[in-house]
Amino acid sequence: MTSPAPVAVRMTGISKSFGGIRALDGVDFEVLTGEVHALLGGNGAGKSTILKVLNGVHVPDEGAIEVGGQKLAAPTPEAARAAGIAMNFQEMSLIPTLTVAQNIFLTREARDARGMIDDADSIRRAQAIFDMLQVEVDPTALVGDLGAGQKQLTEIAKAISQDARVLILDEPSTALSVSDVERLFVFLRQLKAKGVAIIYVSHRMDEIARIADRATILRDGKHVITAPLADLPIDVMIEHIVGKRSKGLADVARGDAMRGEVLLDLSRVTGPHKPEDVSFTLHRGEVLGLAGLLGSGRSALARVIAGIEPAIAGDIRIKGQKVAIRRPSDAIANGIALVPEARATQGIIPAHSVADNMVMSVLGRITPRGMVDRARVREIADKMIDRLSIKTASRDHAVSTLSGGNQQKVVIGKWLATEPEILILDEPTAGIDIGSKAEIIRLVRDLAQAGKGVIVISSELSELLTACDRILVMADGRAHQMLDRADLDDPAETDPEHALQAAERRLQVEIQKALSIKEASHG
Amino acid sequence: MAKPATAPAGAFFANWRQNIIYIGFVVIFLVFAATLNDKGFLNPNNLLNIVRQTAMIAVMAVAMTFVLSAGEIDLSVGAVAGLATVTVAMAIAVAGPVGGVLAGLATGLAVGMFNGWLTTKIGIPSFLTTLAMMGIAKGVAMWISDTAAVPILSAGYSWVFGGGSVGPIPVLMFWMAIIAGIGHIALRRSGFGRRVLATGGGETAARYSGIDTASIKFRVLVLSSCAAALAGMLYAGRLQSGRFQLGEGDELSVIAAAVLGGTSLFGGKGTVIGTIVGALMIGLINNGLILMGLEFSQQLIARGGIIILAVALSQKRG
Repeated sequence: MTSPAPVAVRMTGISKSFGGIRALDGVDFEVLTGEVHALLGGNGAGKSTILKVLNGVHVPDEGAIEVGGQKLAAPTPEAARAAGIAMNFQEMSLIPTLTVAQNIFLTREARDARGMIDDADSIRRAQAIFDMLQVEVDPTALVGDLGAGQKQLTEIAKAISQDARVLILDEPSTALSVSDVERLFVFLRQLKAKGVAIIYVSHRMDEIARIADRATILRDGKHVITAPLADLPIDVMIEHIVGKRSKGLADVARGDAMRGEVLLDLSRVTGPHKPEDVSFTLHRGEVLGLAGLLGSGRSALARVIAGIEPAIAGDIRIKGQKVAIRRPSDAIANGIALVPEARATQGIIPAHSVADNMVMSVLGRITPRGMVDRARVREIADKMIDRLSIKTASRDHAVSTLSGGNQQKVVIGKWLATEPEILILDEPTAGIDIGSKAEIIRLVRDLAQAGKGVIVISSELSELLTACDRILVMADGRAHQMLDRADLDDPAETDPEHALQAAERRLQVEIQKALSIKEASHG
Repeated sequence: MAKPATAPAGAFFANWRQNIIYIGFVVIFLVFAATLNDKGFLNPNNLLNIVRQTAMIAVMAVAMTFVLSAGEIDLSVGAVAGLATVTVAMAIAVAGPVGGVLAGLATGLAVGMFNGWLTTKIGIPSFLTTLAMMGIAKGVAMWISDTAAVPILSAGYSWVFGGGSVGPIPVLMFWMAIIAGIGHIALRRSGFGRRVLATGGGETAARYSGIDTASIKFRVLVLSSCAAALAGMLYAGRLQSGRFQLGEGDELSVIAAAVLGGTSLFGGKGTVIGTIVGALMIGLINNGLILMGLEFSQQLIARGGIIILAVALSQKRG
């Protein structure tokens, strides 16, 4: 920037407390027009809170907000919208029973001459936005029928349809494929050129490095630094986010897999929708990764193994014994646990306490003579809170009061309580800060070391590469190729950071290859 | 989850919205005691009458607490109670009191299993299933009884199921206390209760956790119909006859009692003690309004107003 661009958003001295916990403590935050400004911080750092203050959902205890030089009229969502602020919501603010187009223009529908809602117009305008983004989403489809990636694109379309002067994107890429993220970035650069201020929240450092001009880092509700991205290499960013500790993924020692007996053996397994004809084995003491893009059938495979969508063909053997897994309780009885991808709906009951959530999967074991053994509940909850270092005011607090990372740990604790032999983790670190990420990856390695078989699904390749001994590449519901983690390493490369990046590139190539083979066989 | 039993007294008042039902109960009781004393409100007989009139609602409301906590609803309880009074009375006439009790329980089981089957296997929402069942149960009761009252001549049956008393304490009070005790422990402490709350609190998460949520819903609906049948048996015993009109409209008082007591209409949250106090409060209000000499039309308006006020006060705002 040669001459300083005008300020789009200026927040000064923002403080906000929730029941005694200071979520924001005198935070200053300034975004210029025509820049992509990354907002970074660990879980509980205050990112979501400051964004909710900016778009009027939360009323700040102290501080002032200016948008485009004007003081915000009132701390309400209406005032924020009138000032030109639009935001996508991480926790999917879409209504499943309405169509994509109806959702995008909800409360802003076009009217026809008689004052009736003109759906055809909404569909046209929605299609125009998707065309502009060059993505395939059907504006007439019901949101409830969409996959996670398409929902996310709808969220983004809803935000950008408001012709905002300030566009807030909170974790827009978590469920998007690599190519969709690419197109989103192209579009964001166009918006930027038009003078829109974009606030971009993501846990993916590589994305930040590519799209953002400046970054602001928050930690524990306080402002740490605002600087141009050129002054913030990834390791410096991580340092600011986690504070003194340095917990990059590259530090996690993978160690040698102690492969034992075959725990899980899938033979030509086909699910109700996906996967198709998948075979592989999982050994005691190893971590198996499932790589692939959205819709490749990774999560569907996990749901088949966990009995949520039982297989319609093929055999599943556990320790050599053929088993029938028809419902989740069958899977649990066979020592299988799934940490599901949608934490808020599939993992936890937000309004119930940490302890109640933690024992939900082991109710049968802690209810001798039908009564819940409360001493055992406390014991299990306290053990898991301690083992996973879950930050919660008490075991009796509702899970909804915890940060995302800690909620995820509750889900993991809940499943570890079943003492599984086979643990499947579906996107275990989605929307979690880098510190908790490394903790979870370490935990995965520890579990494998302790003789369990672990399957990890992740869209973050660096994470798969750090955690796994073998990686199964999937595309379009089929298993494409089993890769040995060691084969992805370049023996000549000694610097762990570089080695990881090199391996990531190779894995990326394999995933793309799997896709093109699929397309070729179709075409 | 809040545990009022172990919380210090300060917390009870700090969470006053949550505990409004208890506060409201005491306030209304004191107001009636002060204003209606000359009309015999505090007379032990009058107070026991409130219990007698509340017992059936309370029995059904305990089961309704489970149904609502599991995220379902049962609108058929009043009609099922009425049907049970008829089947019980008819069975007693041919097979004696034991046969009557079995017939009553069979009525509850049959209706409940049908409700549960339609809701969990066919997938009709329980609101519609039980709305339809409300009409079916009433129709069957009218049909098999030819819309006439069926007398019950067994004195023993009438004593046990609602008519008798031990010293000054009506048998109905024991029924209410027993059902409330079992219900409270089952919801708070049993594995079943936890599964009910989990099913209503987050069905997907519960299912992923290995809880058979369909079976839980099936069971709460069976439970509710059986409780309704028991209430019908109590009506029949108290009035020594079976009539299809008995229990008519009770479903609304039952649901109101549970919701007044702090049970969520949307599932995941429920308390049996609250429900019992809710039921007693409704009985208290009815009794007080009658003693005040209000006309039936005025009673309806006043009762509705008090219920709205209580629920409105318990809502969290901001």
